[in-house]
Amino acid sequence: METVTITMKNAPALYLEADTISPDAFAGKSATQIAELPVFEGNSPSTLGKYFEISGSAGATAADTKIVVRGDVKKVKYIGFKMTAGEVVIEGSTDQYVGAWMKGGKLTAKGDVGAFAATAMKGGELIIEGNAGNYLGAAYRGDWRGMSGGKILVKGNAGSDIGMYMLGGEIVVNGNTDVHVMTHAEGGKTIIKGNAASKIGGQMVEGTIFVFGSIDVMMPGFKPDGEVELEVDGTKAKFARFIGDMGERHKKKKGIIVYGNLYKKI
Amino acid sequence: MSELIIKNGYVFDPVQGIKGDKKDICIKDGKIVDKVGSSAKVIDAKDKTVMAGAVEIHAHVAGPKVNLGRIYRPEDKLFSCTPTKGMERMGGGASIPTTFKTGYEYAKMGFAVAMEAAMPPLFSRHVHEEIRDTPIIDEGAFPVFGNNWFVLEYLKNQEIENTAAYCAWLLKVTKGYAIKVVNPGGTEAWGWGLNCLTVNDPVPYFDITPAEIVKGLIEANEYLGLPHSMHIHPNNLGNPGCYETTLDTMKIAQGIKPKNKFGREQVLHLTHTQFHSYGGTNWGDFESKAKEITDFVNKNKNITIDTGNVTLDETTTMTADGPFEHHLTGLNHLKWANCDVELETAAGVVPYIYSPSISVCAIQWAIGLEIALMMKDPMRCYITTDHPNAGPFTRYPRVYKWLMSEKARKAQIDSFKHKDKVLSQTVIGTLDREISLYELAQMTRAGPAKSLGLAAMCGGLKPGMDADVAIYNINPDKPVANPDDIEKAFSRCAAFIKSGVQVVSNGEIVNNGNKRTLWVNVKAKENPQVMRDINEKFVKYYSMTQANYEALGHHFVPNPYAIEVDATN
Repeated sequence: METVTITMKNAPALYLEADTISPDAFAGKSATQIAELPVFEGNSPSTLGKYFEISGSAGATAADTKIVVRGDVKKVKYIGFKMTAGEVVIEGSTDQYVGAWMKGGKLTAKGDVGAFAATAMKGGELIIEGNAGNYLGAAYRGDWRGMSGGKILVKGNAGSDIGMYMLGGEIVVNGNTDVHVMTHAEGGKTIIKGNAASKIGGQMVEGTIFVFGSIDVMMPGFKPDGEVELEVDGTKAKFARFIGDMGERHKKKKGIIVYGNLYKKI
Repeated sequence: MSELIIKNGYVFDPVQGIKGDKKDICIKDGKIVDKVGSSAKVIDAKDKTVMAGAVEIHAHVAGPKVNLGRIYRPEDKLFSCTPTKGMERMGGGASIPTTFKTGYEYAKMGFAVAMEAAMPPLFSRHVHEEIRDTPIIDEGAFPVFGNNWFVLEYLKNQEIENTAAYCAWLLKVTKGYAIKVVNPGGTEAWGWGLNCLTVNDPVPYFDITPAEIVKGLIEANEYLGLPHSMHIHPNNLGNPGCYETTLDTMKIAQGIKPKNKFGREQVLHLTHTQFHSYGGTNWGDFESKAKEITDFVNKNKNITIDTGNVTLDETTTMTADGPFEHHLTGLNHLKWANCDVELETAAGVVPYIYSPSISVCAIQWAIGLEIALMMKDPMRCYITTDHPNAGPFTRYPRVYKWLMSEKARKAQIDSFKHKDKVLSQTVIGTLDREISLYELAQMTRAGPAKSLGLAAMCGGLKPGMDADVAIYNINPDKPVANPDDIEKAFSRCAAFIKSGVQVVSNGEIVNNGNKRTLWVNVKAKENPQVMRDINEKFVKYYSMTQANYEALGHHFVPNPYAIEVDATN
């Protein structure tokens, strides 16, 4: 695997929309060619090379390409946008839409990420070592097709509205989350190792949420359904099971109504 | 104004019966003329096809429900935005493009005229503001009448004269073009949580049937002698077995003769026929009744239709058929918007994905094509997608490809997941007809222009007509190697001249043209009773005053083109 290192040298005055920082866009290109890739600073078209120093060269395919992003990229959006393979490592914190629409490969952010990370993610792995913003693994504004595959691990805390309209895949948050988890979801799994605020699983049709810590306010649409012993992400524990959201439509599979599941560790 | 001459092209013009002859087209002062001087600018159309500008008879391109779609579907603009480029402003949207993109896309395909198919009269100002902001193409809008309280009350008492006087007034104040009817009575019944699924279901409170509304509005239309006929989206749209309601609706027109000075020969235009040609009793035994419908239309010369082809895309459905949209959101569980328009109509909006791997969608695709292929007279069958309901208008070139190439149809059928089901529920697999370029010109130019009463103005290349000329990269002397070439050629015309001004060159916009708003100005007999009724309804029921109702002046209709109708005799 070839490695390309891009280092922020001239910080943009406005936010940079750098949807070309992905193994797919870099594949088969030399450092000079990568420097010419288009980006937007605010509403003005620009090139990657204007802001980043680029060293190394990309592999022949996305799968053979690793990108290391260095320097202060807190004002850079869309890193790993639509990536299908390969690897991206962001050494610090970054802004919105990290790994949005990603389909494969591995993306690691060592710091925090902004909102809309992994929007409509289809596959691959996203690891956020710091905190995640709002709308992690959610659907794009207006859309009903959220995260449908792949895995997200947040080592810190996550914001609100994570897994909105989730269809599949898995989100693990080691810390706490804010309000709204898996709203409108029709599949997928979210594990919250810390505490959750309120409106957990609102309007959920299908899918599973595990909360290891506390839930400030339970949704009234969830109904207690006994206790179960489960092993979740390596932890064996007893969970209280709730089904819902009772206010939503639910499919029948083999004559049995399928509800959304909410498990709270006892 | 400058002179133009288009040389060496293969011309297809049903108005003059020209079937691919090499002929020069001369243009002067925005009109087609016999000859021009030697200083005229020459456009070389060697090895290319030359047709009149196309005419869109039914699309939802301007107004509140289109805009509601734009507002509540930001995801429709995701990845479909184009930045400012040359003459073009930025645009966006796939199934519900912005007004600017709408104008550019139509022009790039060689369209000169587009009709907005459903204008809620109360919101005519909004409709006209969007029309104004849609560049290049001439547009008109059809106000909806089929659930209007005035119409329901007058027709309950068979008052054709009063209905006609009201229609004339409404066309004038809304700057409307024709009498549109959507789910007659059914949308009003929706206000009571009901619907009218047959032509004999009574409308609650008003105690009138859809059949009476349809008959009355046809008669009012002919009483006034409007350029277009009554334009109908019948009851029971989109349900298995709905073809019987469609036949019942068309039977109402039997025996009624057109009366107008525009050369129009039909008294009923049946729109998006595909959605009204379904057999079966449920989605499992859902089947095509295109044959039954086209047999009837083929025999009854006073009816024209448009197809409403499903293009197998993700799109946004929107209609004044409020109950239908509620039914649809129950089927696909996607977001639903609904609006009641006071005394006049209603509307609903729901996104929809016509997936080739769902058998119902694939059968719908087949039905739309069957209708076009089974209609004997291309002058009475026009190609539409009921944009954006069955697919975006930008897919017209793909529909042309399917109609013009049996090979392309076969390839599509072979790719369906439920191919055998499609072939058993339709006859698409047995149809070998391929629409010719001449027939295409009939179905997209001369035909719709005639049905709209615009035959003297557009849809042809006869001297005296508007100089709307589209030039496509198709050499009719050479066999089509790949059906995709048809789609490519019709997607981006080599050149398009609109009202004598070249607006497209090599598929790019080079001029923003001089778009007009077409409307019908009826001079009707004075009718004090109707005027008094209008005044009373505004005082008693409307949420706005009559003074704020009319779409008038430079702001709403900056470049009007009024078609004058004298109905005083």
